[in-house]
Amino acid sequence: MSPDIRSASSPAAVGRPARSEERARAARRRRGVVLLSRGVLLVLVLGVWEWFSRAKIIDPFNFSMPSRIWDQIQQWTLHGTPQGSLGEQIWYTLYEALLGWVAGVIAGVVLGIALGRVRFLADVMGPYIKVLNALPRIVLAPIFLIWFGLGPASKVASAVVLVFFPVFFNAFQGAREVDRHLIDNARILGARDRQVTFQVVIPAATSWIFTSLHVSFGFALIGAIVGEYIGATKGIGLLVSASQGTFNSAGVYAAMVILAVVALLAEGLLTFLENRLFRWKPAAPEAR
Amino acid sequence: MTSQSSPAIELRGVRKVFRTPSGASHTAVRDLDLTVQRGDFVAVVGPTGCGKSTTLTLVSGLEEPTEGEVMLSGTPVRGIDSKVGFVFQQDATFPWRTVLSNVMAGPRFRGVAKAEAKDRAREWLARVGLSAFEDRYPHQLSGGQRKRVALASTFVNDPAILLMDEPFSALDVQTRALMSDELMELWAGTGASVVFVTHDLEESIALADKVVVMTAGPATVKEVFEIDLPRPRRVESVRLEPRFVEIYREIWSSLGEEVRITRERGAQNVA
Repeated sequence: MSPDIRSASSPAAVGRPARSEERARAARRRRGVVLLSRGVLLVLVLGVWEWFSRAKIIDPFNFSMPSRIWDQIQQWTLHGTPQGSLGEQIWYTLYEALLGWVAGVIAGVVLGIALGRVRFLADVMGPYIKVLNALPRIVLAPIFLIWFGLGPASKVASAVVLVFFPVFFNAFQGAREVDRHLIDNARILGARDRQVTFQVVIPAATSWIFTSLHVSFGFALIGAIVGEYIGATKGIGLLVSASQGTFNSAGVYAAMVILAVVALLAEGLLTFLENRLFRWKPAAPEAR
Repeated sequence: MTSQSSPAIELRGVRKVFRTPSGASHTAVRDLDLTVQRGDFVAVVGPTGCGKSTTLTLVSGLEEPTEGEVMLSGTPVRGIDSKVGFVFQQDATFPWRTVLSNVMAGPRFRGVAKAEAKDRAREWLARVGLSAFEDRYPHQLSGGQRKRVALASTFVNDPAILLMDEPFSALDVQTRALMSDELMELWAGTGASVVFVTHDLEESIALADKVVVMTAGPATVKEVFEIDLPRPRRVESVRLEPRFVEIYREIWSSLGEEVRITRERGAQNVA
């Protein structure tokens, strides 16, 4: 979550106890105020939405309202969706996104590092990758649907093409920007080219790569959802398109809420893994 | 080829030209002749940016000379030689490795078994006084401690030739004096030949057997001074001796002129 929630190991703890106590209390109080304000903001937005909708200031048919969205989610959870149980839809979308994400990340990292390390490859492939990157890749989704059919394969494919490029460019950049002294030092210490790649370039590029992993998981979800939206037998994207087809605006919003929760959970998991992996990094400076 | 009598390092008529990004060529060193005997501690001083560091990268094999020949023990340098150790000016410890793992890196790269590498690394960590820090990461250490890690990870490879590029210039004055003393102790046991590049004349006199003064860039050797101060020396005390001051004055009369030339050039470029 936000940096101000992180445990503040205050250097004040070594100072006089009374003062450090007071500081700790002030920090706690501030945290409380932030949390409370967040809650108030959420209630306010939802409340105004609900109120406007009930008072017919905005059209409830088009804009729906929080209570209806909630009902919709409840109904889907308890009685299933027209396309099958809600869990199944979420599972399909996640499965496609994850598969596409993993494949895209592996391809992006391998190619990025390879091109970052081997000048010749970079010179040959560079322009082609730029051209492919310039293509709005979301338009590939209909092609994939034709190629791979209504099943998960077409969604995985569109997730892969969305994920590949940001990961590739970050890995490439990361491999290129490794501190030259680290590489020189490794070579002097006796590292061969392969050892330099695996034990210097890749570890040094991991923070670059991880930055792209966060963004790219979102892209994988987009790829899966858009694929499902265009044509599928299962998935959250299908829920959206089915709700849209029956003019059920609450359904569209409900699917969005579910998607947001799924994306946030995945993001949290990634951050957790990142913190485990980057113990060697100095802690981020406390937000003030 | 390799005869016992040939000097540890020999540069003959070396010239190095770099291409600048704008396409122009920049001569870093020219007509460079330099000989370092086995077990000698040679300090190289010269005005800033004159090409001292280039000399080291040529000896290490990281760069190839444009002209001339660099020989280690009578054999021409082709690529990086395993006899060479290099301590960089910048921090070159691997930030994702612990202190122990950093010191183990050299032996591990060279195919030494893990257990043996660990033993040797621990031994050198003990010598630089960092045994208690072996599980720390570099960012948790002070600048001086990181430099000690760099020294340990260089010495653990048992280099016959030790190249040092202003290794202590980023440290504060007290730490620097301390590190210089420690370096001399570590070096005393190894019999390695050292080339120590610095812009600090005091440091060079306190450490070295010979001080090489280089000209303003493109650099070449101007003069070589023998330092006849007795060993063991301690940096803080040796520089108060009358002989030290005498040597200092003598070398400065040679070096000061080059520094002045460099400064005037800088002023012209600004104008």
